[in-house]
Amino acid sequence: MHAFIQGLILGLLTAGVYALMASGQTLIFGIMNVINLAQGAMVILSAYISYQLFKSFGIDPFLAIPIVTVGMFVIGVAVQLLFLRPLKREDRAELSLLVTFAIALLIEGIMSITWKTNYRSINTSYANSSWTVFGYQITLVRLWACVLSLVALGLLYVLLNKTRFGRAVRATVQNPESARLLGVESDRVAALGFGLGSATAAAAGSVYGLLYAFYPGSHYDLISLLLSIVVLGGLGSIGGAMVGAVVVSTSSAIVASTISPAWSAMTFFVILIVVLVVRPRGLFGSTARGAI
Amino acid sequence: MSKALRLSALRGAAFFGLLAALPSFNLAHWVLNMLVFTLMYAAMSSAWNLVGGFTGYPSLGHAAFFGVGAYAVALWFQHHAIHSGYEPFVILPLVGVLAGLIGLPVAAVAMRTRADVFAIVTITLLFVAQTLAFNLHSITHGAQGLSIDPAPFSPATFERPFYYVLVGLLALAMGITYLTIKSKVGLSLASIRADEDKARGIGVRVSGLKLLTFCVSVGLTSMVGGVWAYYEGFVYPQFAFDPLITISIVLMTFLGGRGTLWGPILGAFVLELSQQNLAYRLGGSQFYLIAYALVFLLIMLLLPRGILPTIQDRLRYRRRRAGAAEGDDRPSAPAPRTAAAKVAVGGGERA
Repeated sequence: MHAFIQGLILGLLTAGVYALMASGQTLIFGIMNVINLAQGAMVILSAYISYQLFKSFGIDPFLAIPIVTVGMFVIGVAVQLLFLRPLKREDRAELSLLVTFAIALLIEGIMSITWKTNYRSINTSYANSSWTVFGYQITLVRLWACVLSLVALGLLYVLLNKTRFGRAVRATVQNPESARLLGVESDRVAALGFGLGSATAAAAGSVYGLLYAFYPGSHYDLISLLLSIVVLGGLGSIGGAMVGAVVVSTSSAIVASTISPAWSAMTFFVILIVVLVVRPRGLFGSTARGAI
Repeated sequence: MSKALRLSALRGAAFFGLLAALPSFNLAHWVLNMLVFTLMYAAMSSAWNLVGGFTGYPSLGHAAFFGVGAYAVALWFQHHAIHSGYEPFVILPLVGVLAGLIGLPVAAVAMRTRADVFAIVTITLLFVAQTLAFNLHSITHGAQGLSIDPAPFSPATFERPFYYVLVGLLALAMGITYLTIKSKVGLSLASIRADEDKARGIGVRVSGLKLLTFCVSVGLTSMVGGVWAYYEGFVYPQFAFDPLITISIVLMTFLGGRGTLWGPILGAFVLELSQQNLAYRLGGSQFYLIAYALVFLLIMLLLPRGILPTIQDRLRYRRRRAGAAEGDDRPSAPAPRTAAAKVAVGGGERA
């Protein structure tokens, strides 16, 4: 029972970071119908950048978030303009999968050369401090990571619901054709949307670097995690991504703490399969644009 | 025999005759080694093409079945001895059937949905399989990997048995592809690719055909994996379940032209030979990962339909113009982008 609750706490605290990554992924899908397999690679790249900022300039990873976010936003827009926009064909969804996979490999290659392939971690002074509440351990970093991710998600919510750009994005997600007819510039929305998705990866990546040790191949672990979250939540639904993140994160943490960490990666796949059998469009996916 | 049929029979005979004759030219070991790997990729690309090219479901998880085949052979020979050296080849059909059976439930779930969710499930399967290979220590020995007794072939002609078995697998994959193209099955697959719901509406057995194609495809892939494990003598999780294998076979098929008989083979020969060269020159460094990704991105942007379909279109266009000049404007096949053409072209050999 103790292991179960400890797993639950850990899972809930980590869920925020995963929700942040996954919201970017599902946003990109919602706007462009593109499943971005490079999202995980962008997270790890951001972790490396904030690692480097901490090591070279002593900038605290939490404070580095704005810098990394802006940088990745620019990179995301560039990727969309260079590699995804030219794919204007009927089978764009299929081709974009392969293109983003290639981008993931490209980023992995660049990271392997710049930072070598051994594990790195960001060792801040507070990395190991934790509280013990009723016998359960709560690490400070994880708590902060969760809070910060929630703040970032809040900002994303405000951006999408209170601004003109946000309205254009939501219109595109709902119905791309009508949005275009009503004067939404879909090309610009797509480019900025991809940048925004990358920016969430950046914010999550800086936090991820604090929580886990990482190496260039770490993004492979994130791909299956993120994909099972967005499919569970319903492709294109940000609220769904958050719920999905909580479910996936807690269940894998509980499996890791009660059964064995060896099987926790298997939980993603099981969840994915169950969702596809029981409810293929996910928890909050619309029938029109969900998985079916 | 019609002219087209005779031509394709001639082409096939010439290609496989050349492949069969190559080892007798006393090629150096490194050349044969390179050819062995090229044949592996050619056979796997040809198998992937059945699912990714003809049916239009881009599987990113074929490397998982490559790994299943590799581990199946490695595990079998933990308990059985190798005497003549040909035992691993004999059990290959069993390995193929096993992988097909594993693929069946995966396909049954993943293919209920659209193509992009199918890609999600298959790529997740790949990473889960890799994690399991690392973590199920009692069976797979984890990161330590498994070793297979070295084949007792004479060092002078060591590569030949592997080479010929792979030629056989390639012939099998291409034979299945050829039969698919020539039969109603190819037509049905093309209709699934063009519009699945309409295909179902006109009575195509969509679900059964998709499952069958996927199982055959992953079965072939696992057999290549089995040969690979025996050839290398070692199986490690990170090499048996390598995302690069998936991306390579997809890239080769795209480069040559998906949905064609010869496209994947052309792509495999071009890419694998140049990749082996590249790896040889750049060493084992990570630069080739970057080079590979860049080549992929360039092909996607500049030649998204592949070499063969592009050439064919060009030829067709020229022929039509020549025909128009003579006032003999026969109705030629439409450009294979439209839905109707996909079905029409599926009936005839495209390359």
